[in-house]
Amino acid sequence: MRRKISLKPITLLLLLITFISYGKEQEVHGEPKTDRKTEIKEYIQHHLKDSYDFGLYSYTSDEGEDKHVGFPLPVILWDNGLKVFSSSKFHHGESVAEVGGDFYKVHHSKIYKVDGADGKILEDDHHHATNERPLDFSITKNVSLIFLVFGIMFFMFSRMAKSYKTNNGMPKGTGRLLEPIVLYVRDDIARPNIGEKHYKKYMSYLLTVFFFVWIVNLFGLTPIGMNVTNNIAITLCLALMTYLITTFSGNKNYWKHIFWMPGVPWPMKIILAPIELLGTIIKPFALMIRLYANITAGHVVLMSIVGMIFLFQNWLGSGLSFLLAFVLAILELLVAALQAYIFTVLSALYFGMAVEEHDHEEGH
Amino acid sequence: MEIPAIVGGGLVVIGAGIGIGRIGGSAMDAIARQPEATGKIQTAMLIAAALIEGIGFAALFAV
Repeated sequence: MRRKISLKPITLLLLLITFISYGKEQEVHGEPKTDRKTEIKEYIQHHLKDSYDFGLYSYTSDEGEDKHVGFPLPVILWDNGLKVFSSSKFHHGESVAEVGGDFYKVHHSKIYKVDGADGKILEDDHHHATNERPLDFSITKNVSLIFLVFGIMFFMFSRMAKSYKTNNGMPKGTGRLLEPIVLYVRDDIARPNIGEKHYKKYMSYLLTVFFFVWIVNLFGLTPIGMNVTNNIAITLCLALMTYLITTFSGNKNYWKHIFWMPGVPWPMKIILAPIELLGTIIKPFALMIRLYANITAGHVVLMSIVGMIFLFQNWLGSGLSFLLAFVLAILELLVAALQAYIFTVLSALYFGMAVEEHDHEEGH
Repeated sequence: MEIPAIVGGGLVVIGAGIGIGRIGGSAMDAIARQPEATGKIQTAMLIAAALIEGIGFAALFAV
């Protein structure tokens, strides 16, 4: 009983810390008030982008210089040979890094090759940089979080597996926490959508994707401010995996329903084939856009409302904004789980379509 | 007169809102009628709502 109660203040404290650190980040750059709006806009845009160093927060000191708190991450470039250096060489994008006689500069969160130490970025008419870009395999902020989540998941599930072995099949600790969720994915997502016969093959993927998206989304809500799933490249990869698994596990019936839909007159079959074929690509595409857009929109709205606290600067407006931000943050917790769920359910649905067997054909 | 794109975005959001509202309302009715099927109804409701939401977001990103 006591343990139950003691959890509550900790949760509240964590929530408060989240808000305080969000607030701190906004408050800093203490420029004149009229500039606040553009500042907040810039801050949100910066938050939505990946970065080469792991910045926890930044502020302007009393002497007026920008201070960044965080740590650098390795930058790995392929440009006439492998080049590995620390992102501290960029000094948070302010200076040009010299590596082995070549100069690199960060411009709009991307690395460009520049001619000299002055770091001139050439731009075309549309303000796109025309400088050469080296192949970039850097461990950016997002990649580092993916590694972290990988570590957490590996730790959690190996602990879970071990607890079954040591405790006569009764889960303990992490296992007890995770078992209902794993069973939920199996019994309420995989089984009804894929079917009793084939669901086992897809469980590993569904569980991985569910927990990965969920944990990553939850990390996006912490003050460290990393948001992996609002990077479209990552949701693209997840959706691509669903697409590949669906395509390669598609049986005869699946392809028949795409190219030569049974049960409809032949002129319709010719019209339906390209539409169905396009549908196979649109489905994972929608999967990608949905996850990306939901998380991005959630972050933008939440941060805009947190920013409003500093725009209003009076008790009523700021207080209301704070309340709204609080409610939205809780809603985002729900969305984090919901998006993981939706992604998994729809993946399972597509796998189910691919392996479905029609015993009584031509019935529909 | 040119209509700004954001008006289109607003219209899409209204449409998506009506759609999700209808799904939610119908799900409520169904649950009231058959409380024992709550789990299944909720799943179907969430999937349909997510599909509509996806359309809404796609349109918003086009703005």
